[in-house]
Amino acid sequence: MTQDTPRAPRAPGWTLWLPLALFVLFVGGVAISLMLPKSTDINSQMIGKPLPAFSLRAASDGRPGLSAGDFAQGKPRLLNIFASWCIPCGVESPVLAELQRQGAPIDGIAIRDHTADLNAFLAKNGNPYQRIGADDVSAVQLAIGSSGVPETFVIDGKGVIRYQHIGEIRPEEVPLMLAKLKEAES
Amino acid sequence: MLAELGLAMLWLAAALAGLQLVAGSLALTKNGEGMGGIVRPVAVVQGVLAASAFLALIWLFVQTDTSVKLVAENSHSAKPLIYKIAGTWGNHEGSMLLWVTVMGLAGGFVALVERRLPERTMLATLAGQAFVSLGFYAFLLLASNPFQRLNPAPMEGNGLNPLLQDPGLAFHPPTLYLGYVGLSIAFSFAIGALVTREVGPDFARAMRPWVLGAWIFLTLGITAGSYWAYYMLGWGGWWFWDPVENASLMPWLAATALLHSASVLAARNALRAWTVMLGVVAFSMSMIGTFLVRSGILTSVHAFAVDPKRGGFILALLAINIGAALVLFALRAGTVTEGERFEVTSREASLVFNNIMLTSILGIVLLGTLYPLVTEAMGVKVSVGPPYFTPMSAVFAVPMLVVLAIGPLLRWRHDRFKRVSPVLIAPLAVTIIAAIGFAVSGVTSIMSLIALSLAPGLAVASLLPLKGRNLLRAPLSLWGMVIAHLGLAVALFGMGADGAFTTERLIAARVGESVDVGPWQVKLGAISPVAGPNWTALEADLVASYDGDAPDNLTPQSRTFWAPPQTTSVSALHTRWNGQLYTVLGEEAHDASSKAMPTGRWQLRLWWKPFVPMIWLGGVLVALGGLLALFSRVRQDLKRRTVRARGDVRRVDREEREAA
Repeated sequence: MTQDTPRAPRAPGWTLWLPLALFVLFVGGVAISLMLPKSTDINSQMIGKPLPAFSLRAASDGRPGLSAGDFAQGKPRLLNIFASWCIPCGVESPVLAELQRQGAPIDGIAIRDHTADLNAFLAKNGNPYQRIGADDVSAVQLAIGSSGVPETFVIDGKGVIRYQHIGEIRPEEVPLMLAKLKEAES
Repeated sequence: MLAELGLAMLWLAAALAGLQLVAGSLALTKNGEGMGGIVRPVAVVQGVLAASAFLALIWLFVQTDTSVKLVAENSHSAKPLIYKIAGTWGNHEGSMLLWVTVMGLAGGFVALVERRLPERTMLATLAGQAFVSLGFYAFLLLASNPFQRLNPAPMEGNGLNPLLQDPGLAFHPPTLYLGYVGLSIAFSFAIGALVTREVGPDFARAMRPWVLGAWIFLTLGITAGSYWAYYMLGWGGWWFWDPVENASLMPWLAATALLHSASVLAARNALRAWTVMLGVVAFSMSMIGTFLVRSGILTSVHAFAVDPKRGGFILALLAINIGAALVLFALRAGTVTEGERFEVTSREASLVFNNIMLTSILGIVLLGTLYPLVTEAMGVKVSVGPPYFTPMSAVFAVPMLVVLAIGPLLRWRHDRFKRVSPVLIAPLAVTIIAAIGFAVSGVTSIMSLIALSLAPGLAVASLLPLKGRNLLRAPLSLWGMVIAHLGLAVALFGMGADGAFTTERLIAARVGESVDVGPWQVKLGAISPVAGPNWTALEADLVASYDGDAPDNLTPQSRTFWAPPQTTSVSALHTRWNGQLYTVLGEEAHDASSKAMPTGRWQLRLWWKPFVPMIWLGGVLVALGGLLALFSRVRQDLKRRTVRARGDVRRVDREEREAA
């Protein structure tokens, strides 16, 4: 019977002040961050960090898949994030070919792509890649701090990310990329 | 002239709010009881004045009076009429005016019709409403005057953000605001009840229809907003855990908890302090959300109206309003006597569980929304997204949904689980069958699997309270609950289906080329230019055939507005009973060797989304359930009032007879 149940202990008085305390904390914190100057530029967070472990299946018929281990081989390499459905990637292709001609080893990760579409893309625009991994859910892309296509990373011989280039590499930026690659050798 | 008139009406309304606060407070003291009589009329007139000022602003927008700064900045004479009107609230000043208008009208409406509570509580409530309004009037008049003139007046206005030029969106903000700001009534009721210590079933019954009304609008507003983001932004997602979305979700969670705890208070006189607390929290979340969005402190895709200078003002306002309410709560809640008791297996206990889970989700969402601020203060920029919000809220939502299946079947105060357990076999069996079925058919995502298997069981369970009743004679409020809970199950199924079954294709296609996406075969028929009133567009003619059926035509556009110049993609959707085909047209592909050479290939984004429209269908059902409950409450109150009025007449007659 309900009459027999012992009286539940009543919440102590200070708990009633708890919402106010939390609210004061919120107002204080927000007031401080309102006064702090804001910058909206974003630095690449992953620079200086090793590549996360990943292993991707082959994305196209002509090239093997890609895993993190392929990078830590002693020589710096370029890692290009691209896709066949990405229009600027097609624009970037001849620039990548030029980089390859000047001796830069390039690997690719194709984002949310289909093998047939990718094969057609490579047949049309040329294939500067040594390996192409398929990232069907953008998992690796997000893990290495890339938010769009195309992007290109410089990875040194120990598998550490040294530089991130956002957007397509323009012809005038070829020397910059080669210099970054040279830098990564040290 | 009209702008000045509008401004004058706004000042007058603010002055009346001041009078309402002073008179309402004085009337509560021993000497000032005479002041009580003017509070209700003042509240009504204040609401009417605010609404008139808002109508004046709408009229200025309709005429495109560019001598008013706000109109010049946000409108354009070439815009269709509906978007001229929508432009009124598609900016900071106008939306703040809409805010005080809704507050004023809600307060006036309460003053006009609410007669159930003791007059002292009503006076305190209306004074509280005026206190909050006054802050927003000050903000409007001192820091964001919507009627400010521009001299010399420009020839033409700047136009409205093209993303906002959509019929769905035109009425999304007012709907959301009716809900958002309508919760101020719950806040004021809570203050009134704390001041006079009148927290009891009468208080809950009086407050409930008002909260219900605001909650219905909020539910519809969120549902419409989600659908708008889904088809307008062209990303195919329906919820992004964006700060602005969270800002509308948090008051909804608090209001949902409040509705359920108010029904415990109304029926059983328990959860007194907690219900009052939720009344304060619900509207506080509206204000905090507004602050987070408008101050620019959080960056968001919804950042249409951001100004850091205003942040300080809203923060001060927030600190005063919420701070004062929480101090009052801390001082008074201890003296609100403890309510009735109940046992672990009872309707009350299941509603308490629902409340704890809802407030936990609220805490999770608030924490995730504020977390980037905390880390930024420490010099690290992060953005918190679905990987945090979705599983963390599921941790609390899933147990809540399980209890939702059982709770409505339990009796008040004391029940035995054995009594209801035989009935629960049906939903349990449905859940298990669904889980096995979907797992076997290849659904691998755990979250989707949970949603897809829980939803059918929940749907069955939500109908159980009707079992054994005459469906025509079941009370309307019961129907309301059943439909709202069913809506939740329907929406849950849609959410699970989105994660589990959606197929996506991204391609660059030539005219005449065909693409497969799921069971659909989509052919790019043609690309042709089309023109609208203030835009031109390229339109793709897509011929889509479902599994070899007769083809349907879809025409997604890539639309270019000229005032202001901006390109947006307008998606085209085809809805079948079992899902939606979603198509977006991107840019034309350019040749690799030269950017100027077109290739005749067009970027297409295609999604086949089975059962996804159920998300919004569910949202509408939830709101419909609320509407039925509201009808039933209002009808009961009217009935009670007529009965009482008849009784009064009879008593007066009798007294007169006896006196004679």
